[in-house]
Amino acid sequence: MYKILEKRRLGPGIQEYVILAPDVARVGKAGQFIVLRLHERGERIPLTIVDCDPKGGGVTLVVQEVGKSTREMGETFGVGDSVLDFAGPLGVASEIERYGTVICIGGGLGIAPLYPIARDLKRAGNTVIGIIGARNKELLFYEDRMRAVCDEFHVMTDDGSYGRKGFVSDPLREILAAGRPIHRVWAIGPAIMMKVCAKVTKEFSVPTVVSLNSVMIDGTGMCGGCRVEVGSATKFACVDGPEFDGHAVDFDLLMARQKFYAEEESCSLERYLAERKGAETR
Amino acid sequence: MIRDKQVPMREQSGAERIRNFDEVPYGYSDDEAAAEAARCLQCRNAPCIAGCPVGIDIPAFLLAVKERDTARAIAVIKTSNALPAVCGRVCPQETQCQGVCTLGKRFEPVAIGRLERYCADWESTHPAAPTSVAPSTGRRVAVIGAGPAGLTAAGELRKMGHDVTVYELLHVAGGVLMYGIPEFRLPKAIVKREIDGLRQMGVRIEVNQVIGRIATVHEMLAGGFDAVFIGTGAGLPQFLGIPGEGLNGVYSANEFLTRTNLMRAYLFPEYDTPLRVGRRVITVGGGNVAMDSARTALRLGAEESLIVYRRSEEELPARREEAHHAKEEGVDFHFLTNPIAFLGENGRVTGVRCLRMELGEPDASGRRRPVPVAGSEFEMQADSVIVAIGNGPHPLVLQTTPGLELNRWGNIVADPETGATSIPGVFAGGDIVTGAATVIEAMGAGKRAARAIDAFVRAK
Repeated sequence: MYKILEKRRLGPGIQEYVILAPDVARVGKAGQFIVLRLHERGERIPLTIVDCDPKGGGVTLVVQEVGKSTREMGETFGVGDSVLDFAGPLGVASEIERYGTVICIGGGLGIAPLYPIARDLKRAGNTVIGIIGARNKELLFYEDRMRAVCDEFHVMTDDGSYGRKGFVSDPLREILAAGRPIHRVWAIGPAIMMKVCAKVTKEFSVPTVVSLNSVMIDGTGMCGGCRVEVGSATKFACVDGPEFDGHAVDFDLLMARQKFYAEEESCSLERYLAERKGAETR
Repeated sequence: MIRDKQVPMREQSGAERIRNFDEVPYGYSDDEAAAEAARCLQCRNAPCIAGCPVGIDIPAFLLAVKERDTARAIAVIKTSNALPAVCGRVCPQETQCQGVCTLGKRFEPVAIGRLERYCADWESTHPAAPTSVAPSTGRRVAVIGAGPAGLTAAGELRKMGHDVTVYELLHVAGGVLMYGIPEFRLPKAIVKREIDGLRQMGVRIEVNQVIGRIATVHEMLAGGFDAVFIGTGAGLPQFLGIPGEGLNGVYSANEFLTRTNLMRAYLFPEYDTPLRVGRRVITVGGGNVAMDSARTALRLGAEESLIVYRRSEEELPARREEAHHAKEEGVDFHFLTNPIAFLGENGRVTGVRCLRMELGEPDASGRRRPVPVAGSEFEMQADSVIVAIGNGPHPLVLQTTPGLELNRWGNIVADPETGATSIPGVFAGGDIVTGAATVIEAMGAGKRAARAIDAFVRAK
């Protein structure tokens, strides 16, 4: 059992958790992920590591309540409760080096896994340009944390309710078009956002890293459900990734595979909500 | 007079059992078991013992069953085999103990597997004497992977008095016994019972442990373990490398079986993990895993379950019994058929393009090589496709253990008798060494390695 030490609401349907898992906290690195399971009937949920506290043993995660399990976690798991299973760190850590000037782009929930990468890149001596964006102001989070590790910072919202109106790819294009030397780009967020960013950076031939959140069962290399096409090769996001060369990823295939269980997921969520409602009225 | 035929074991009919996940055979009654055990000739040279990868004293346990002393029978088995309820069900006895049974030269061999299962099941309903454990040696051994090889090594080492901790990556112990082999062939309650037995002996089993990351093999050796056994198995699914493999509805057998067995997708939405099957399912491959997949598809509601295999029925690597059960349940076999592309619409698989094959000259495996028939291309419709063509070595521990010698297939190079690897104090066995093989072979390797580890840590 793995105890929830802290829980904080970052926005509508977005929760930050700190979970006690000392073994993972000791060695977990930016770019890696963990798999957790809430209870005996639960599914294995892969979540990218946001932060590790080697001394206190806590692992920070940000969870968006998009389906039954994440909703259940948000609604029924509080500080002091424990999740049944927690395994990690899984996947290959981000390649943190001194590249020169890097752009770190986080879209929506992607801001969470992006933050430790930006932080570590800054620590490694890079000039870090941060770009974060979300649909609207309410869904933005970690602005302060990101600002603190960036030399230059851009905030975007789709609807213009905060920062500049537009997409994260807009300032990206402007920076590259201005001819500023950029040595590497990290883009993490929804598949479509990563696809667009990778398209822009390809025009300017800037190496670009993306982090893929494909459907996984075990997260350890055993099911192959998370397979993605990178270049002409089939890769497993769980053991070969989750980070890959954004210019080589087949994003259309990724998006199609992410949607496969959409109907089952919505059926499971509907059923859960009906049960919750029943329990409340009883 | 000796009966020429085995006492048959009652089982669910094909039509009945594809509607449930319950075990197919019911097991022997006491009378049936005693009658079958009485068929043993008690040969003095006992070829069956040599035919058993863990060397069970088969004539001795059969004699005890015949004399209706099941407690003695199970005690005999357990001296050599820590997981009899599992082995009685999934061992390929026809090529091992029963394959060399003297009686089998003229008649049907003694049904040793069924009798092993009978004894183990008897034990589950009778209070057992705890397995005796030698006094503590003060030596510590880490076992990586709680599958058949690791659990066997752990049990043996614990009996010898060592302090044993098993580290498992998944959230339950059992390895392929839990995620791979279906409930109807090996009930999970049985696996859990066997593992509980190990815990009662004092074996510590830690799940959710990502060895290679939270601790490397070298760190374990430096951090107080006197030896490490690696039994991490063949967990990495292989694909065909043909167009359309990324389509939705194309599964590795590992994914299909893991969703079903480990995550209980057949109980969705009671359990949270879903699995989409469809009306017509094609499984590619001819081994036991392919049989398990095709039979599982039927139980998940597929109306048609087909197996596509590129060689002929004669070369089918699956156990006869498994192929026979699959046929009884209505699985439709398409031999000498090789997929060359998966077809799809809107990102979903809709069919398989295949070539007809014919058998040519023998290949490196000694089997006749299948060669394509020119112009024989045709298409088969499918809602789901399961790729069951084998698994490679699980990568996690191998990638994080510098100095560990691997062969050209990426498996660990280990002494077949001792399991010793290129790193002193590190031993290995099971599928991570041999490539995908059987449960009992992995157990045999775990047992042999345990003996070598015992000698190694005592000499330290």
